[in-house]
Amino acid sequence: MRRSLLFIPANSPAMLQNADVFAADAVIFDLEDAVALSEKDAALNLLDQFLNKFELKGIEKIVRINQLDSPFSITDLKLIANKRIDTIMLPKASYRYTLNLAKMLDKIEKHNHMTKSINILPIIESSKSVIEINKIASAPRVNGLLLGGEDLATDLEVERTETGHEIFLSRAMLILAAKANKIDAIDTPYTDMKNEEGLKKDSKFSKGLGMNARVCIHPNQIDAINEIFSPNQNEIDHAQKIINAYQDSIKTGKGAFSVDGKMIDKPIIERAQKVLEKAEQWNLL
Amino acid sequence: MKNSLNRFIPDNMKAYDGLNQIFKQKNRKLVPEILTKNENKQVNSLRILFDLIPITDGMTLSFHHHLRNGDGIINMVLNEIKTRNLKNMTLAPSAIFPIHEPMCELIKNKSITQIFTNYINGPVSQTIGDGYLEKLVIMDTHGGRARAIESGELFIDVAFIGVPCADIYGNGNGLEGPSACGTLGYAIADMKYAKHKVVITDYLTSNIAPIEIESKYIDYVIKVNAIGKSEGIVSGTTRPTKDPVQLKIARDTIKLIKELGYIKKDMSFQTGAGGTSLAVAQMLINRMIENKIKGSFASGGITGYLVEMHEYGLFKRLYDVQCFDHEAIASLKRNANHYAMSASKYANPFEENPIVNDLDVVILGATEIDSDFNVNVTTDSNGLIIGGSGGHSDTAFGAKLTIITTNLVKSRTSIVKDYVTTITTPGETVDCLVTERGIAINPKRTDLIKKLSNSKLNILTIDQLLLKAHDLIGIPKEIEFNQKVIGVVRYRDGSIIDSIYKLRGDQK
Amino acid sequence: MKIGSAGTFESNDCLITVKKHKGIKIDIQSIVFDQFGEQIEQVIKTTLKELRVENIYVSCNDKGALDYTIKARLLTAIQRMGEFHA
Repeated sequence: MRRSLLFIPANSPAMLQNADVFAADAVIFDLEDAVALSEKDAALNLLDQFLNKFELKGIEKIVRINQLDSPFSITDLKLIANKRIDTIMLPKASYRYTLNLAKMLDKIEKHNHMTKSINILPIIESSKSVIEINKIASAPRVNGLLLGGEDLATDLEVERTETGHEIFLSRAMLILAAKANKIDAIDTPYTDMKNEEGLKKDSKFSKGLGMNARVCIHPNQIDAINEIFSPNQNEIDHAQKIINAYQDSIKTGKGAFSVDGKMIDKPIIERAQKVLEKAEQWNLL
Repeated sequence: MKNSLNRFIPDNMKAYDGLNQIFKQKNRKLVPEILTKNENKQVNSLRILFDLIPITDGMTLSFHHHLRNGDGIINMVLNEIKTRNLKNMTLAPSAIFPIHEPMCELIKNKSITQIFTNYINGPVSQTIGDGYLEKLVIMDTHGGRARAIESGELFIDVAFIGVPCADIYGNGNGLEGPSACGTLGYAIADMKYAKHKVVITDYLTSNIAPIEIESKYIDYVIKVNAIGKSEGIVSGTTRPTKDPVQLKIARDTIKLIKELGYIKKDMSFQTGAGGTSLAVAQMLINRMIENKIKGSFASGGITGYLVEMHEYGLFKRLYDVQCFDHEAIASLKRNANHYAMSASKYANPFEENPIVNDLDVVILGATEIDSDFNVNVTTDSNGLIIGGSGGHSDTAFGAKLTIITTNLVKSRTSIVKDYVTTITTPGETVDCLVTERGIAINPKRTDLIKKLSNSKLNILTIDQLLLKAHDLIGIPKEIEFNQKVIGVVRYRDGSIIDSIYKLRGDQK
Repeated sequence: MKIGSAGTFESNDCLITVKKHKGIKIDIQSIVFDQFGEQIEQVIKTTLKELRVENIYVSCNDKGALDYTIKARLLTAIQRMGEFHA
């Protein structure tokens, strides 16, 4: 479960060292777009040595490797994929690539006698991947889907807009596929760094559609995103009320029960449980 | 001998003995103010002035630093000292900047043998650090300098007062003219108590209002082409930081102030002009607006941000000892509740009600801080003077809540140390340290610790922060310091809080 | 003259340049030389030992890099130099 994921360029020692200073739930060490071709080797070595030294407890460690059809991805995986990390983020993900990556991870984990299982977070950034999104979502090791809005817009041959109508359907399909497979739906980053109001507005909209989380391209976006994608105090209080009433109803043997005049049935109870689970995980209680 | 902070200080000087011991002096000691008897004050040049007074070997000359790194006054006077080959002069500038580089030569050739100041940055630090100044450099706080002058402890033969806008009688202010700099608060004690007072201006006019420099004290008035360079005088528009780590520190600082209950009606506040301080000010604006809070005053060095807060109605008054940008100067001119204050009114511990004593919250910086919360803002870790207290020790004493904001680590250097190179401000006056990796509260403030017992903020002990720093950067090799004392840090009451040592010869 | 170089002059980084040399020679310039000069040299020596490199000139211009960065930049510089003894 994540709310915020912060991109950190893997070739910058200053930024790597500050990875755990910010309140993001996950950090994404970026070996792909944030690193120039001539520095891919330097970035990989730096990230490898960094992970040897720093454990970063309590934060999900994700590595965005280079796309699978590049000369770098195999080297990336060989060096990086071990128990120090939690998740591989796969750019330009297709169903075939996702399966390939899952198989490679099987081999690596076996070879290294790993007890931990590394997850996959595919980035959906082409029309083709949107079309096969349900298959990708159901692939082994996949525990979330990330929308790559910028590349997707390029593929659709449109401009990205403030309202996001050009990616509306893709967002909705990602959400459906994610929920159908009980995994995280993660929204594309909001790229207008100066516009805090815009970030909040678009994130609230995206949450309302069903997104669970959002990627941050700058630490200044984290607080707003954490707040928007967390249950607020009212939601937490209400959920607590429901669970308390539910527990009472079990004790008294009452079948149906109501809270604040509303009949409470199973889906509502489950939703309340999820809210409390999140509140607990994110230290909001 | 050692003082109460366990620091070696020269034997013949008064040792700092803890907060309870200061102000043992019952009465404020004041020498008589010196009024002028001159009627015909205009002098055509510095050269003539030097002959007239006359300015001779061994005299003490003072200056203010409102023109900052654009100051032209000190260098003009230094040039005259050099031409006449005067020796053993004592200088008492309230601060020294890189532009004052010509002072280095005169220190090396013993034209200048002692310096009293509150802040040094630039080549002069290196010259002093290399041991060329014959006597000790004495570093005061802003309030302490006023105390020293008014008590006669720092006797000034000639005060050179750069005044952006003056009349032929010596009335003046800093609001008009090509070198306008705002308030002249650091010059007031010099104006009152120096033996001879010289106004140097580049803008003579007859209509001086308000009058900050008063003709009754002024002996001479000299008009020159320029008293300073305007680009160096004001910092332009000082901006809040964009650095994400600094912003995090600023956010946590605001959260801390809120949780401790200090964001409230009639609060008073002071912060510096650096990037993080301004970010804190900016976030405070938002919080105060959100919660509909009106504060009583903001003080210290005034920037456009504080002016904005004042004009928006968030702070009823501004108390200004130094204008940092054009907005502050403009506001001082037009806003009735933007007051200039002298260094004495600001921070002199013997002043009846110095502004610092009414402060609720002050945000300050540090180059180093130790486990007892003693703060260094005078030297860097190699012992080179890179600043000085300024108002640091004064505000830390007076404010109800003193917060130091700084990175924990910067380029393999930890700001939290076992032992700070130089103590500027004693830990007993420092309450909180906010870093990007955690917040530490001075254990003496049990009241604050209690308030934070259920806090979600990352509260650690300062020793835990030190451990974190060492985990990150490794354990630095201890450096042997030179034993030769070349200066002292004088606390606001006149006692010596630490010594400053000669630099090691092998600096890389 | 085969040279390998990696890193930058940014804060918290270091620029490491390596070239062929008889025996091991290490030159270090650092903003924290007094505090960590010995430590930096140690990291370089240990890394060279791990890689079994015995003939190399290493020049390190450091802006406060931590040990892991020094090691990573050295590794990359040697790989780029192209004479890597496994």
